[in-house]
Amino acid sequence: MDIFGIPIQAFLGQLLLGLVNGSFYAMLSLGLAVIFGLLGIVNFAHGALYMMGAYVAFVGLDQFGINYWFSLVLAPVTIGAVGVVIERTLLKRLYGIDPIYGLLLTFGLALIAEGLFRDHFGVSGQQYPVPELLQGATNLGFMVLPNYRAWVVFASLAVCLGTWWIIERTRLGAYLRAGTENPALVQAFGVNVPMMVMLTYGAGAGLAALAGVLAAPVIQITPLMGSNLIIVVFAVVVIGGMGSILGSILTGLALGLIEGLTKVFYPEASSIVVFVIMAIVLMIRPAGLFGKEK
Amino acid sequence: MKMKFLITSSAFAAAALMGQSAHAQMSGDVIRIGFITDLSGLYADIDGPAGAEAIRMAIADLGGAVNGKKIELLVADHQNKADVAAAKAREWFDQQGLDVLIAGTNSGTALAMAKVAAEKKKPFLAIGPGSSALTNEQCSPYTVHYAYDTVALAKGTAPAIVKSGGKSWYFLTADYAFGTALQNDATTAVKAAGGTVVGSVRHPLSASDFSSFLLQAQSSKAQIVGLANAGGDTINAIKAANEFGLTKTMKLAGLLMFINDVHSLGLKATQGMYLTDSWYWNQSAESRAWAKRFFEKFKRMPSSIQAADYSVTQFYLNAVKAVNTDDGDKVMEQLRKSKVNDMYAKGGYVRADGTMVHDMYLMQVKTPETSTTPWDYYNVVAITKGEDAFLTKSESKCPLWK
Amino acid sequence: MAAATDTSAVASKGGQIAMWIGLAVLLAAPFIGLYPVFMMKALCYAIFACAFNLLLGYTGLLSFGHAAYLGAAAYATGWLVRTAGLPPELGVLAGTACAALCGLAIGLIAIRRQGIYFAMVTLAMAQMIYFVFLQAPFTGGEDGLQGVLRGKLFGLIPLANDTVLYYVVLAVFVAVFLLIIRIVHSPYGQVLKAIRENEPRAVSLGYDVDRYKLLAFVLSTAIAGLAGSLKTLVLGFATLTDAHWSLSGEVVLMTLLGGMGTFAGPVIGAFTIIGLQDFLSDRVGAWINVIIGVIFVVCVVAFRRGFVGELIAWQKRRRAQ
Repeated sequence: MDIFGIPIQAFLGQLLLGLVNGSFYAMLSLGLAVIFGLLGIVNFAHGALYMMGAYVAFVGLDQFGINYWFSLVLAPVTIGAVGVVIERTLLKRLYGIDPIYGLLLTFGLALIAEGLFRDHFGVSGQQYPVPELLQGATNLGFMVLPNYRAWVVFASLAVCLGTWWIIERTRLGAYLRAGTENPALVQAFGVNVPMMVMLTYGAGAGLAALAGVLAAPVIQITPLMGSNLIIVVFAVVVIGGMGSILGSILTGLALGLIEGLTKVFYPEASSIVVFVIMAIVLMIRPAGLFGKEK
Repeated sequence: MKMKFLITSSAFAAAALMGQSAHAQMSGDVIRIGFITDLSGLYADIDGPAGAEAIRMAIADLGGAVNGKKIELLVADHQNKADVAAAKAREWFDQQGLDVLIAGTNSGTALAMAKVAAEKKKPFLAIGPGSSALTNEQCSPYTVHYAYDTVALAKGTAPAIVKSGGKSWYFLTADYAFGTALQNDATTAVKAAGGTVVGSVRHPLSASDFSSFLLQAQSSKAQIVGLANAGGDTINAIKAANEFGLTKTMKLAGLLMFINDVHSLGLKATQGMYLTDSWYWNQSAESRAWAKRFFEKFKRMPSSIQAADYSVTQFYLNAVKAVNTDDGDKVMEQLRKSKVNDMYAKGGYVRADGTMVHDMYLMQVKTPETSTTPWDYYNVVAITKGEDAFLTKSESKCPLWK
Repeated sequence: MAAATDTSAVASKGGQIAMWIGLAVLLAAPFIGLYPVFMMKALCYAIFACAFNLLLGYTGLLSFGHAAYLGAAAYATGWLVRTAGLPPELGVLAGTACAALCGLAIGLIAIRRQGIYFAMVTLAMAQMIYFVFLQAPFTGGEDGLQGVLRGKLFGLIPLANDTVLYYVVLAVFVAVFLLIIRIVHSPYGQVLKAIRENEPRAVSLGYDVDRYKLLAFVLSTAIAGLAGSLKTLVLGFATLTDAHWSLSGEVVLMTLLGGMGTFAGPVIGAFTIIGLQDFLSDRVGAWINVIIGVIFVVCVVAFRRGFVGELIAWQKRRRAQ
């Protein structure tokens, strides 16, 4: 059976792969949006944190025999702690001054992290085995679907929706949203805003690290895996606008799907389709699809 | 006032002087060998630091000096970037008095370095790179392509696979000079053997995820997926192919594989695969002896590239000894007159287009049951004589070989 | 942009003398043992940093993907000189024009957002250009565009000799340096400074801010392209590194380290970073990225004014005493 001349197996296969990529875009742009919303910092280091999460999983398995399921908890906690330290020592010095310095600082941090990991692990990439429970593939008739990839989509959607729920539906989230709008007033009400900011950055870092662990069995773990991804995520964020959490999630998934579709019909353009869409959105709706211009 | 502009001007001067890499001196009494390769990336295992060590072994085995002149080795990492390689080569030629440049893996960097060496009129010994362009369209009087090239790989492996039933091919190609050359040469060889090529897809060098490319290969319904890539890319492609169940309906043809790749993937995943190589550690008593020395240092068997690193170093140094100078033109003339007779190749010689003509081996990976000792991975299926293995005069576009 | 130093006043006497000394060193470079190819490379990147500084230091716009224009011009010049056989001066002009066109196209899109979004958009668009270069056949992709001969300048002066080309590059550098001083001190430059300090007020004063910003953007990308074209002639090739985001980051660092919003700052920053990379590349391998990252972090946290900025501030403090 063919769709537009492409066998349905290839079509759906690429769409599914696109959905997997989209899940990662969604998770990472979510973290980025949350951090930018509360800290006003565009966290270029987000890609590096994602990479470090994957390496925590790898080293955990390789050196200490910590299996995948533990890593799903261990990596976010470890990298979240790293995030907290970064916020306390470096980022807090930049509040109130031009946000470009935040971008530049996190850029520098990303370079440091990548350089260190490159020096230690080399550039060529490590393998992380798919956990036993999720190995194998299911024959769906029109294509063979590796079980692990189905898990990735499911898990990241769950995490994204969970984060959305926390931010939009709980009291903690309410404080967060209020702190974004008017930190001084919220502080006056007795909420410890600096602590909240610190934990937010840590949570964002943890989210990135979780994405890293999820990605580890799928792609090569290399020190450079974050940087190439983060620039696409920037584009995703610009397209979606940093106004709404749900918007970031939807945009990430949609763009992953579009990328997958492009791979079917016009593979050479797949690496630039996100940027082209960004240019188009900027011309029509500069604030982004779901954005609220501050 | 004075302090301040003193500080500013010394800042200027210091910044400028910081760029001085070394004292600019020309060598007269030292033979300097330069080795630029991928030391840390996807090709680091098949050549890399161990290749540099092989060169050092070769120098040490000759006593560290030739006709009283000391031999020095410079090593650099090009990180698979042509600009880094070319800049480093130029700097060594200009500032360090480099006498000969040995190229490790990556054809793109090799093509760039070949041009620099030709400009500086110094010998350029290409070991790691595969692209046949080095001795074809881009041949130069200073280039010696020593170990293997994409034509030899294609002429060796493709006909054997077509003959054993793999008639329709789909190529998965690394998107740079080597992959392109290998795909082109393999296409020619497949068609000449009566097969067909149904399509191809290019992947970025050092790709992190092969899934979408393999999906395209799968939907082509070809019998054979020709892997026109090497090193880490080949390993990852094979792994991903197994993950997606592609190997159940199609066969993989690793057009460039080294023993390190087979070791990394294991015999289960690679058994029965055909491959063409210029040297196997178990091919003769001499090769076994040298491989043992290498094994003691690195705890793994050498690849054909590392063996070639050793061989070409001695080939070069013996030529220098014979003409008693490290002048580029004179040494090149001598190299073209000399023969290679060592543990690497027997009866090898340098052709007018720069190819070092020597026998190539078509081998098949053993099954786990038939492999008796560690690293006992190959059966030698056929030996192609040097004259038949590479590009023929009629096929060649090199203006130096008419 | 509080940290940008105010140097629209004429540089102090000491500063001027320092620049003359610097020029003397540059003029004498081939004869005092400095490797001409290194110096030319550093001068090209100094031009690049000066172009970038025009945008960041004097207009307050962070273009985080500036390498795209250097790369565009590098490839354009490389291809035109090598394949179309253009003489070097026309090749450089064409390359510069190409970069300016790219700058115009991207500027029109990026201007739609302000502040940090502007930076993100420029980064994303530059990445798109990078991928286009990766795929386009004429660039040679991973292998790069190689074998670009230097030719004869105006058909008369053979550029194959490193020393001859060095003085040509030096002349262009001095011209660019003076051009930027001229732009900054012109009425147009004053408006740019106003935009940097307080954009809403400039708008309220009736200036068409977007047009000024776009013009500054195009000027900056054109000069960045000039740097790229020259670099291609010097080194004989154009590769993907010329358009990669890491180069975009490096030029930010060069400007920041040397001193944003000063004239000599980017030059000093460029020479320092290129010199550091050259010096350390053999010795430390992958650690060079760590070092660059550390310098970045230190600069942003504690050294925002850069070398020249700090010097000027120190001089002001001395004067105030």
